[in-house]
Amino acid sequence: MPSTLWLILLLPVVSLALITLLRPAPRWSGRLTILAIGGSFVFSVVAFFEMLTRQQAAVAAHQEVEPVVSMVPWFQLGKTSFEVGVLADPLAAIMLLVVTTVSLLVQVYSQGYMAGDPGYRRYFAFMSLFTFSMLGLVLAPNFLQMFIFWELVGVSSYLLIGFWYHKPEAAYAAKKAFITTRLGDLGFLVGILMLYAYTGTFDFHQLQAAVKVGALGGAVLSTAMVLVFMGAVGKSAQFPLHVWLPDAMEGPTPVSALIHAATMVAAGVYLVARAFPLFQAAPTALMVVAVVGGFTAFFAATMGLVMSDIKRVLAYSTVSQLGYMMLGLGVGALSAGMFHLFTHAFFKALLFLAAGSVIHGAMEQDLFKLGGLRRHMPWTALTFAIGGLSLAGVPPLAGFWSKDEVLTAVYHSGNGLLLALGLLTAFMTAFYITRAWLLAFAGEWRGAAAAPPLPPGYALTPRPSPTGYALTPGPTPTGRGVGGEGVPAAGSEAGHGGSHGGSPGAHAHESPAVMVVPLLILAVPSVVAGFLGLPGANWFGSFLHGEEESAAEGIVIASSVVLAGLGILLGYLTYGARAISAEGLTAAFRPIHALLVNKYGLDDLYGWLVNRLYVGISLALAWFDQRIVDGLVNLVAWLAAQVGRGVTRTATGQLPNYALAVFAGVVVIANVVAVVAGR
Amino acid sequence: MITLQHFLVLSAVIFSIGLYGALAKRNVVAVLMCIELMFNAVNITLVAFARYLPATAGNPYGPLTGQVFALFIIAVAAAEAAVALAIILAVYRTRRSVNVEDVNLLQS
Repeated sequence: MPSTLWLILLLPVVSLALITLLRPAPRWSGRLTILAIGGSFVFSVVAFFEMLTRQQAAVAAHQEVEPVVSMVPWFQLGKTSFEVGVLADPLAAIMLLVVTTVSLLVQVYSQGYMAGDPGYRRYFAFMSLFTFSMLGLVLAPNFLQMFIFWELVGVSSYLLIGFWYHKPEAAYAAKKAFITTRLGDLGFLVGILMLYAYTGTFDFHQLQAAVKVGALGGAVLSTAMVLVFMGAVGKSAQFPLHVWLPDAMEGPTPVSALIHAATMVAAGVYLVARAFPLFQAAPTALMVVAVVGGFTAFFAATMGLVMSDIKRVLAYSTVSQLGYMMLGLGVGALSAGMFHLFTHAFFKALLFLAAGSVIHGAMEQDLFKLGGLRRHMPWTALTFAIGGLSLAGVPPLAGFWSKDEVLTAVYHSGNGLLLALGLLTAFMTAFYITRAWLLAFAGEWRGAAAAPPLPPGYALTPRPSPTGYALTPGPTPTGRGVGGEGVPAAGSEAGHGGSHGGSPGAHAHESPAVMVVPLLILAVPSVVAGFLGLPGANWFGSFLHGEEESAAEGIVIASSVVLAGLGILLGYLTYGARAISAEGLTAAFRPIHALLVNKYGLDDLYGWLVNRLYVGISLALAWFDQRIVDGLVNLVAWLAAQVGRGVTRTATGQLPNYALAVFAGVVVIANVVAVVAGR
Repeated sequence: MITLQHFLVLSAVIFSIGLYGALAKRNVVAVLMCIELMFNAVNITLVAFARYLPATAGNPYGPLTGQVFALFIIAVAAAEAAVALAIILAVYRTRRSVNVEDVNLLQS
């Protein structure tokens, strides 16, 4: 089994290396990536079933399942040796399955979405890098390796958000994402160094053992774990470091689906789950996780209510759902949080890919300009609806079961406030996703052109040849140009304007099969994944834990279903049936609406903090450095120069002066000798 | 009665005159002459000491030591005068001057 794990990890590196070194034709770089990730996927399935067998054997013997570990020494520092390796336990096995499945489907989809992009090869190289980093993070057996891969996924995220780097917004968003998450990573690093300082190990199991025997605990452990959680706050876009995720939507949509919905942002949740025994020993830290998660879930959902960009609605939804996961973990329910991660990865990737299909087909991502796409993009509309219903928590779809497990766990924890936040979030989630679907797919086209005519048989045709690209001005791609490559339109998200004719939206059409098929495949787990974690028959929880979870609470399920139904109903009445005027609602809640549209002013606050406060302090320090520190150095140099200039005057070139000096010297020496000899 | 002190005072006076001239004169020939004065002041001292100091265990040859040194100095001074006058001639040929202030190639 260890060799399987190594293969899973290293296959994407092989494709990255091959693409980078051999520079194959763009199409082949895509296929190479799919092949490598497909291999990782197959081996992940193998590893999963092996883990299942081991787990069942362990349960039969009433033991805890032994993780599979394979280590190689990395370097030696004094007497301590540091190791890298792979570790697989049920948690990692599930995460591997999620990452490779979504990654594989997204790569297939990307072939259609990115077709004709001048950076096609670069895109797949970055995707390979990301998948490798994410798998390394999942398989990491110690905090040190996890941190390294943690940073690597951050870099890949940076590269992919800024993929269209000639767009200033994309470049800014990439920087924002990188720097914001770095704030959290600082805490993470300090946290693991603290753990290392007190125990002398980075290894998860040794740390667990240290906690078990009481070598580590109390305030030290709590502080360290809160610091470690800071990393998760940054990476999983929890309040107050959530601001980067909505902006990260500047990247290509498949990237948003893979990195910013399904996998990388879930890394924070995975981190907490991985270090869960440590968190359990530090109730304060766990409480912090729960409160941050619960608040973020609510907070992000409120902003999702008013966003007009289809991807931003989904981005805030992701932040909100990640909050749910953290909330589940925070109230001590590891399997609830992980189960929500599991189902969310599928339905949110589905939603993002469907949104990408909309952007690809309609050339528009503003919800208020879309509309009526149901007739032109039936498959996309259907799959988006499935993902949306799953997200809204409509039984019996996947999202319902996992969300209810989280809410049940919160209910059992007895924290009424957090439960209320969770239930309110469920209501708002149902509302905003209904709103997004109705605005995009129902009604009539509201975009620049009139209602798009329906070209017969247009659905599921291959993409038109990208020859129209070169019409749009833009930066010339450097490096080896490939035939048919052109320059993407600078303004539009999906850069393929020319081939669709003059007015955007005039030819809204269903996306090619290579994009629709991944949608349909993802729709399956979005519907059925929930049955793995039925209350009372919780296979997921028992696989993760080796024991049954607590039973469901009827009242929680009932209220969450009712609230979700209310949300959908309200959304339908407002944006579907138009029984309630959306403008009227906006007017009635004008101050709140303005606050939400401005994202609570947090972006402005952070902007002020950076641009005014930070830059102000920096300027003061720069003044101190340039005037005081440099001034002292310059003063010394100036003094030396002045002394030198003074001494220069003695070098007159006049012989008598020198002779006088010599004589004076002789007199002095003679006197000294006389005095010394005279004693 | 003329004592050792008289000789030493005479020597000091001549030496000081020589030193003053060596430092203050601008004509190199005059400087050279002043240096000769200083040599001879030293010579006076040496022979005066030779005349007045008796032979001792540390100085078995008595007066002879000072006199020999004086002779040496006279010989060296003659050689020095020859070399110095040659240098002065060479300088004069290149710079058309025997003024010390004009010989300032080393001035910064």
